Formats: sequence, C-alpha cells, structure tokens
Amino acid sequence: MIRQPQIEPAEQGQRKGRFGEFGGQYVPETLMHALLELEKGFTEAIHDPDFLADYHHILKAYSGRPTPVTYCARLTREVGGAQIYLKREDLNHTGAHKINNAVGQALLARRMGKKRMIAETGAGQHGVATATVAAYFGMPCKVFMGAVDVKRQALNVFRMKLLGAEVVPVEGGNGTLKDAINEALRYWAANVEDTAYIDGSVVGPHPYPLMVRDFQRIIGDEARAQILEKTGKLPDAACACVGGGSNAMGLFTAFLNDPVALYGAEAGGKGTDTDQHAATLTRGSLGVIHGAMTYLLQDPDGQIIAPYSISAGLDYPGIGPEHAHLARTGRAHYEAMTDDEAIDALLRLSKLEGILPALESAHGLALAIKKAKTMRPEQSILVNLSGRGDKDVRTVLSYLADKEKSEGGTSK
Amino acid sequence: MSRMDEFVNKKRGMLFIPFITAGDPTEDATIELAAMLQSAGASALELGIPYSDPLADGPVIQKASQRALKHGMTLAGALRLCGRIREHGVTIPLIVFTYINPLIQLGSKTFFQLAQENQVDGLLVPDLPFEESRELAQACSMHHICLISLVAPTTSDKRLKAIAGSAQGFLYCVSSLGVTGVRKQFHPSVFPFLDRVRTVTDLPTAVGFGISTSAQVDALRSHADGFIVGSAIVSLIGERAERLSDRRTCSEAAAQIKRILEERLLGQAVGNR
Repeated sequence: MIRQPQIEPAEQGQRKGRFGEFGGQYVPETLMHALLELEKGFTEAIHDPDFLADYHHILKAYSGRPTPVTYCARLTREVGGAQIYLKREDLNHTGAHKINNAVGQALLARRMGKKRMIAETGAGQHGVATATVAAYFGMPCKVFMGAVDVKRQALNVFRMKLLGAEVVPVEGGNGTLKDAINEALRYWAANVEDTAYIDGSVVGPHPYPLMVRDFQRIIGDEARAQILEKTGKLPDAACACVGGGSNAMGLFTAFLNDPVALYGAEAGGKGTDTDQHAATLTRGSLGVIHGAMTYLLQDPDGQIIAPYSISAGLDYPGIGPEHAHLARTGRAHYEAMTDDEAIDALLRLSKLEGILPALESAHGLALAIKKAKTMRPEQSILVNLSGRGDKDVRTVLSYLADKEKSEGGTSK
Repeated sequence: MSRMDEFVNKKRGMLFIPFITAGDPTEDATIELAAMLQSAGASALELGIPYSDPLADGPVIQKASQRALKHGMTLAGALRLCGRIREHGVTIPLIVFTYINPLIQLGSKTFFQLAQENQVDGLLVPDLPFEESRELAQACSMHHICLISLVAPTTSDKRLKAIAGSAQGFLYCVSSLGVTGVRKQFHPSVFPFLDRVRTVTDLPTAVGFGISTSAQVDALRSHADGFIVGSAIVSLIGERAERLSDRRTCSEAAAQIKRILEERLLGQAVGNR
C-alpha cells in the first residue's frame, strides 16, 4: 500500500527538479553550490551542438553505438503472443547501458574543468563504466563500493583496478549500494571544487535524475527509429527492469507521448510477501532517499531498510523520482518479478536465442514474457536488454545448484 | 521572551552549543549528559535523531546513530525524551536535529504536537536546504519553534542573503566542506566567510563542523558569536558507552567527560555563565 505524505510538498510545477511531486534537492547545504553549478553546466552543455557531437562521436567510435534491435523468433514462438524484440544494450563496450551515461557525465566534467571523478557502484557495472571513461579521458577515478559488495563482486573490483581506478570499500550502514552512495556524496561534499560525481542512475538530487535520463535516452531514441524501420509501426509495449531505473528511463523517454504501454520490472526477490525483495513501488512508501522525494523501502520510523535481490544491480531501496511520477500518474506500470522468474527468463533466452542476459535485464525480460502471453501475435513488445550476463554466471550456477539440492530433498 | 532569545544571544559572549545523539548509549545517559552540558555552560543543546543514512555526518556520529538505533530510538521517542530532560532541570533551549525522512514519516502534525508538549525550542534539518524548506519554516513559525538554517563557505552571496533573511535563533555556519567530524585546524578561508555572514544577519552566528579544541574556539572569537561541538563530545561518549549505560557509573562517566571538555575545549572559552 502506498502511504500519503504527511508534509505536503509544494504545489506542482512550483519548484525545479520535480517530476510531479517527486524529486527535489534534499541535500546538506555543503552540496548546494555543487548541484547549482552542475545544473548550470549541464543545461548549457545539453544545448551545445559541439558537446552533443562529441557525445555521439564517442558512443559510436568507442562504445559501438548504435546497438541493434534483435527480433527473437524462437522465444516469440515458444511464448505465444506478441512479437518480442530486444534493444541490445548488452553489446555496448563494457557490456551494459551504463557507459552511455558515464561518457556523457565525463564529457561534462571535463567541460566544467573538474580534475577527478568519483562514482558509486553496487554490482560494479557503473563503477567499471566510470573507470573506463576515466581511463579514456585520463582522469583519476575513485569508486565507492559497499564492503559487502566488494566481497560479492570481486571480479568487477579487479576490473576497476585494472582500469586504473581506486576502489574504496564502504563499511558504514549495511555495506551495500545505498551506503556507497552516501559515502560518495559525503566525499563529494568535501572535494566539490575539483571533483565530479558521476551518478550511475536516475536517482539522487536534481539535476541527476534529469541528466542521467538525458544521457540514457539515446537507447529509446535509437530503438524507436529502428523498430519503426523494421516493422513499419511503433511497438505496442516497451519493457525494462528498474533498480534506480536508468535503463528504463532511457527506453521510456522516447515513447512517453506515443500510444505505447510502458512496463517496469522491479526485483521481487524471494517474493513481495517476504522481507527479501527490492520492490520499491510495489511495497515502498513515500519519503526522501539520497536527496530525492520518491518511494522507498523503510520502516514506520523512516529508517531505510536494506533490500534484497539476486541481481546486485536492482538491489536498491529507492527508485528514480520520474518513475515514481510515471507510476503515480499511471503512464507506466510496474510489477515485481522474483528471482525464480528472472532466472527462468535468463535460461530461456540463453537456450532459445543464444543471448545470455544480465540478471537485471532478465527481470525485464521475465515481465515482457508475461505481458507477451496476454497480447496478440500482430502486436509487438520491445525489451531493453540492458546488459550481458557473463558477470552473473557464478550466481546463476550457485542458484541452480541450490535449487537442485532442495528439489532433490523434497522429492524423497 | 522565548528560551531561544534568552539563552542564545550575542550578549552572552561566546555561545557553546553541544550536540549529542538522543539515546546514545541510553535514554538515561542522554538525560545525564544534557544536565552535565548545561552545567558546563552550554547555551543550547542539539539533540541528534539517529538515522540509518546520515548524509551530512562523519564516522563518529554515524556510529552514535547506530548505537542509539540498536536500542530503538526514534524521532517520537527523542521528542518525549526532551520532556524527561526538562524534568531533570535542563532549562536551556533544546534543538532537535533530524534528517527529513523520519520527520516526513512521523508527520508534521504529530511532530509539532510532541515538540510543544515536550518543550522543544528548535529544529534543524541538515538535508533540507533553503529551497525545500518553505512549508516547514511556515509550520515552525506557527508553532513557535525556531527552524535553524545552515550556511557553508560555498554558499553564494545571493543565497546567503535569502537564507539569512528567513533565519531564526542563530545562523549555523559550516566551518568546512565535507561532513561532521574533528579536524585539526580551520581552512584559512573560513574567517572571511564568517565575516561575510556577519554582514547579512543580526542573529548570532555559530560555527560548527570540526571543532574540538580551545585554540580553535579562540581563533573564532572575533569572527563569530558561538561554536557547535558534536563529534568531539560524541566520541568521548562512545569511548564510555558501557559505563554510561550502567546506572551506577553513569554520573561519574558524565562528570569525567565534563572535566575533559573543560580542559581541552572550554577553558575560558564560554561566555558569562
């Protein structure tokens, strides 16, 4: 159930950085100067054709854009229902959509005269993307990562180090993504003058949700044109996974004014009736996290609760404020997909199409399969395959081994 | 005259405004420490509400938050604790320091009702900058509670004027960028900043973040009207958490903290108490 706020935010449209009543800048005074400076820098850059040309050039020459749209013939046949198309963000350099935003923000940092970069990371994908662009631009880079995640994601930690970044383990709180963001913001407050904070998702204080969306909207802009060219019409639905929600906003933004249904898959973990999930819109309530008014997982006293998902990239207790707005207004619909459903989708896509998706993306795929079944064959659904699954092989292996063990036990 | 006007004004010399976390390590210890700090010459007391994600706080206060949360301290619980602190003879203004999220969840109506019942004088919300504070400022003034504003060395002149224009009680000047926590010395740019703040307000100005020694306080004397000490006190509390939790040793541990503060920090620093 969604609780109403008891301190009513200002009238809609009155304050900047708001999506309806969501968003804003709930940060210490020490960060306000940096956010105002960033907002100004970003607004100027995004209207500068030279800046945009640099951004598109790097994404083409370095990351391999445009990424293709792939039709899934065998999956579509097996599911029965709408035609399933994938936007292949897994084919980006570093293996996920995160690079789009990292390139944009790094270019902006250089333009604003910043000398170093910091970032937070959960699973390590955004950390790797930031370390990659830091190497490309020749800037020093520090990546804050929860101490628990550092242990869980040893391979990505090593990748970041190979790329020349310093990984800072964060011991505070639960030692996960939310604590890494807290520590990155604290560090930024102390080093604001020469340091750019490269935020990985459409979360945090204004202008981050807006800026990250604008650096990710290339996903939907490309996909819209590609699917129109392929099929001669718009898809009937577009679908993506949502942790903070950057790949989903990247896809949705192009279709907001089209008659296209928008679906977001949250991490349902072991079920939204358990306490082990990250289903922020399904089970959360209104509040402030990391500088933005949005939905979050919290206890009745307003203490933030550690979420759970098999996918480290969806393991976040909040959600981007624009998603909260799209959910509130009914423009987009969000459902929780469990670990089991995501693994099932991952296995099916691997076997039927030869594409191993990231566990995050598998949540989006699971929801798309569910929706496709309810649709007609002349309809189509576009799924954002936000990343590749090589990083998750070990997790999948241990999940399958556990499952076999428990099923072996019950069958006797 | 409100308690805030009476105790927090420029005539009192250098104002000493300590910060402790409510319920760190126990409620009884908080009461004992509040009384001790008043007797050490505090002009007002900031009572921190423990929070799971304290964005503006360094490691010392983060740990205090965790100690207090372990015993179930909440915003409502801390407001009721203010009432108990009053019963133990504490008459200086009490300022509740809370992040915005617990306040939203408690709700404005309940918050102000409990704040008034328990004789709370001020509210400070470290993650509610001026731009987001309008409704809360209005509600505070309706309920005669001072909403304390913060300014930082990076605050522009334009924002400084706007913030000072609606500030109440005193103006909290952040000494340095970053988070709360002890620092050896001030960045030299802090002094021109403090002088700049004085030109835009008639309220007392108090400097916080990183203060732990009487030498620092002396350096501030001609640039500000007071100083706020958090982490330096909270770390003394943390070192004695066990003894402060025990009824039999609590007073003695608090008295020891008082002696250390007088020796290292207060000396002649505190105004005319």
